[in-house]
Amino acid sequence: MKDQDHVTRKPSQKAADVVLAEADGETGRRYVFSGDWRHQSAEAMSDKLKRLGKPAGGRNEFDFSGITGMDTAGAWIIRRFMNGLGSENGGEVRFAGGGERYVELVRALPKELRQPERSKRKDPLFQRLFAPIGEVTVSIWTDTVAAMYILGSAVRGAQMKLGRHAGVSPAAIVHQIDRMGVMATPIITLMSFLIGAIIAQQGAFQLRSFGAEIFVVDLVGILQLREIGVLLTAIMIAGRSGSAITAEIGSMKMREEVDALKVMGLSPVGVLVFPRLVALTIVLPLLTIIANFAALAGAALVAWSYSGITIPTFLARLQEAVDFSSVAAGMIKAPFMALIIGVVAAVEGLKVGGSAESLGRRVTSSVVKSIFVVILIDGLFAMFYAAIDF
Amino acid sequence: MVQAVMDKQFEQAAGRESILSVRDLTVGFGDNIVLDKLNLDVLRGEILGFVGASGTGKSVLMRTVLRLLPKRSGTIKILGAEYDKVSEEERIALDMRLGVLFQHGALFSALTVRENIQVPMREYLDLPQELMDELARLKIELVGLAPEAAEKYPSELSGGMIKRAALARALALDPDLVFLDEPTSGLDPIGAAEFDELIAKLRDTLGLTVYMVTHDLDSLFSVCDRIAVLGQKRVLVEGTIEDMLACDEPWVKSYFRGKRARAIVREHG
Repeated sequence: MKDQDHVTRKPSQKAADVVLAEADGETGRRYVFSGDWRHQSAEAMSDKLKRLGKPAGGRNEFDFSGITGMDTAGAWIIRRFMNGLGSENGGEVRFAGGGERYVELVRALPKELRQPERSKRKDPLFQRLFAPIGEVTVSIWTDTVAAMYILGSAVRGAQMKLGRHAGVSPAAIVHQIDRMGVMATPIITLMSFLIGAIIAQQGAFQLRSFGAEIFVVDLVGILQLREIGVLLTAIMIAGRSGSAITAEIGSMKMREEVDALKVMGLSPVGVLVFPRLVALTIVLPLLTIIANFAALAGAALVAWSYSGITIPTFLARLQEAVDFSSVAAGMIKAPFMALIIGVVAAVEGLKVGGSAESLGRRVTSSVVKSIFVVILIDGLFAMFYAAIDF
Repeated sequence: MVQAVMDKQFEQAAGRESILSVRDLTVGFGDNIVLDKLNLDVLRGEILGFVGASGTGKSVLMRTVLRLLPKRSGTIKILGAEYDKVSEEERIALDMRLGVLFQHGALFSALTVRENIQVPMREYLDLPQELMDELARLKIELVGLAPEAAEKYPSELSGGMIKRAALARALALDPDLVFLDEPTSGLDPIGAAEFDELIAKLRDTLGLTVYMVTHDLDSLFSVCDRIAVLGQKRVLVEGTIEDMLACDEPWVKSYFRGKRARAIVREHG
């Protein structure tokens, strides 16, 4: 029965060693190997064999009888040494003195390791300097095209498939509304309440020195309804739902589920993106309304406790300060921001490649890009409103 | 050799130690008992093929042995040590001596094949980078991958290459016991046969013990020393392929004497 304990890891008593026992006997040079040839001694032995040098050619004999243990690391070091002595220099290596199973292991290793072909030529400096700029430009263009494709598909309808009814799945949309809207309500409410309270406190503190504390109502009302409400809600949703959309679509892409949809004749945009986009567009304006109410409640509370403005006074002042255009100016922006968050998240999700790392990168860039674009759009709207005097 | 393996008593008399021994193992989820008082031995230096109908708990057994699932009762002894009773350091030493090839490879997708193989080396061995690179290339060569595969990412590999790369990673620390979960599933017959030969060759040269969950009748006939059949929450029968062919258990009978199996029996003479 074959003994196969040569890779057991019982600590060996003897450290690995190799000596050149006979420099020029009748059988040529004779190397005696002994001890435990495992990875623990690999580095030392590799150096020692290097020091023993590479005598050109001649006959060599390896004696393995003293070896008590060996793994592939040890075997490879011996094999490498043997290759150096052997064919390359016209010499030959013979095994003598037992240790057959180690001989077998050393023999089983390949003669040489094939080097992978490296095609790493360096591009000229000019190219290395400007290539990234070009790549970014092209990627912006392809991103825009992809976003337009998704937007167009969404406008065109859910599935773009003949023969069946429109293909809008109300269940999917309601499910997404529940996840992105209803479940986000508590955090949006709390956040907006705090924001309203903070703005009111800061405003009241500054306005107090002018004796104009009552104008804090105007400040909070207009700021919240026109800008802060929709902007912060959109940012929160970009972080909460945008990242979820990218991760969901991305992991489906990674596991070829998106390809499965395609070969079934279903459009991934229709099945995956459309319900989410619709849900976001419905949900974001509604969340904005909730956010506005919560912020005004927070402001009223602070105005009452910090500045002594009673709730009826607050409400009366609010009615004077805020007109319909302030409310509308904020609300109009919400669906646009929802679309941007959804489209950016979907584009990034569909760009996920094969690795877990790329999924992480795409989710990050989805959130960063959508927040950036949301703020950009907000600025454009501000300029537009100013121009039309809205 | 084959005769010797057949009789367990004889084996122990012949001094072949049991590298993995499972006694009275019970595993369940909720009210559902998957394995009930299961006993199994894997002997040093053998290739054990593990078969069973889908859903009988082959993967559950493997995952329990690897401590990825909790057990209800029973003992599992790997390499002479009982997992539950050893210290943290000994546990790590034990883990170093096990290699696992997961069914879908489970290569780290963010690392190249070479880096994947070097993960356990980096973690456990104190080797210079140059030697580690050479060892990684050596393992790649041993499992029959092209050297160019070293710098590729898992998503750029074919199914067969992923299996080979995953095997190379499982072998990175020269383990004593290797678990293979359906190593030849999804490979073409030629690739599967090569893989079987590779495993037999590595067993002979590196002294591996192989625990192989498989449905590939060809592997069972050509490389497995012993076969264990899982059914009815325990090991139904274990023994050589001849034992399987002689067995009268209905499932074993239809598995090893079905239409597909007969063709392979003819082929293997």
